[in-house]
Amino acid sequence: MCLAIPGKIKSIEYQYNGLVKMAQIVFGGITKQASLEMLPDAEVGDYVLVHVGVAISKIDEEEAKKTFEYLQEIGELDELVESSQIERDGGSCAL
Amino acid sequence: MKYMSEYRSSEVVKQYVDELHKITTQPWTIMEVCGGQTHSLVKNGILDIIPKNVRMVHGPGCPVCVTPLNLIDKAVYLAEEKGVILCSYGDMIRVPGSKRSLLESKARGADVRILYSPLEAVKIAQENPNREVVFFAVGFETTAPANALSVVHARRAGIKNYSILASHVLVPPAMEAVMNDEDTLIQGFLAAGHVCTIMGISEYEPLVRKYNLPIVVTGFEPVDLLQGILMTVRQLEKGEAKLENQYSRVVRPEGNPDAIKVINEVFEVEDREWRGIGNIPKSGWEVKDELAMYDANKKFDVNIVKVPECADCIAGLVLKGIKKPYECSQFGTKCSPEKPLGAPMVSSEGACAAYYHYSNAGDLVEA
Ligand code: SF4
Repeated sequence: MCLAIPGKIKSIEYQYNGLVKMAQIVFGGITKQASLEMLPDAEVGDYVLVHVGVAISKIDEEEAKKTFEYLQEIGELDELVESSQIERDGGSCAL
Repeated sequence: MKYMSEYRSSEVVKQYVDELHKITTQPWTIMEVCGGQTHSLVKNGILDIIPKNVRMVHGPGCPVCVTPLNLIDKAVYLAEEKGVILCSYGDMIRVPGSKRSLLESKARGADVRILYSPLEAVKIAQENPNREVVFFAVGFETTAPANALSVVHARRAGIKNYSILASHVLVPPAMEAVMNDEDTLIQGFLAAGHVCTIMGISEYEPLVRKYNLPIVVTGFEPVDLLQGILMTVRQLEKGEAKLENQYSRVVRPEGNPDAIKVINEVFEVEDREWRGIGNIPKSGWEVKDELAMYDANKKFDVNIVKVPECADCIAGLVLKGIKKPYECSQFGTKCSPEKPLGAPMVSSEGACAAYYHYSNAGDLVEA
């Protein structure tokens, strides 16, 4: 649950009548929405660490790929799968 | 597993492990604070390749594990008696309360939903204007920005049927509580990388000075952990006590100021009860008074009688690193992930569950 997962910003959009800045973020084959509130200068194409729906840190491409592969290998990407399916082990917690 | 064999044979790993064996001249006890690090250490077999003299003990850094029983009972009450849509992270839903877990409530018909992010709960509130939606917001500093942001989103969008049941805990006061225990054996800490991504590293400087021990901010991948352990042992062997940052490729010294701003907008520091440990002063975040309408505790005025923890569970000693999970008489017998007696056996980040799943407890007892 406390795991931050690296992904790439695909597009940026505004919600709640323009009050909230969100991004579509691609994690391997999965696209999920995340807030850019904590990274106001992040742009399309940037790699970011996303934690429970919020992008918390920019990272470089190489770091993103390496970390993603590691998480994939050890099977820690469950929380990206539709949450409703996760009735078993939650995610993992890297604080 | 491909990765694991690659990492084990990798040059870097060999180099770190060799150096660790070379420089370690006496026994050292180091605590990794973060449950994700515990998970990674046990799952990747790192405890088997480092010198026997370097004893890693596992800290209280699993937010699900330290959430008090009473709060789980409150969440169950809100879902069952108040009829709210109760949302939380997957692992929180499974933790047993004194009567049952949220997952069991769900099976009995309560509207309990597992979400990936609290921001999704705000959407659910918007789509269900006639229902109250409560997000059970647990976590350490890493998760706080998202939980706080959900309140900010609700406020900006004028959504009034959303609130959070906050169980937010902070790492530095917990490290202090662990050190203040007279039975502690800890001589150095690996601090949690992702916590520091948000908060920066300066909070640990006073701890380094007060307890005169090394603290190394460390990532959670095997190579990170090995390097973090090596950096800590190097300091210990030289008699040094410094704050170092192993994870500088991700952690900036100042953290993420925009995230800290949102946290401060919504939360204020308060005393917190930690499951198995007890009250720790100024160790958590509570929703600010002026945002009381987003605070499920105040909004619903739930008063649940406190039920004592299971007497056979030594979770407090495990969470403080004084006992290893396999030293608990219930471990693997009366207590297993299918039928947990205490929270560290429930969450995949909990030390007891990590040992249960990934290590041969028999071997470890010998070790
Ligand atoms: S093994 Fe079970 S009973 Fe023992 S400390 Fe861990 S959670 Fe508690």
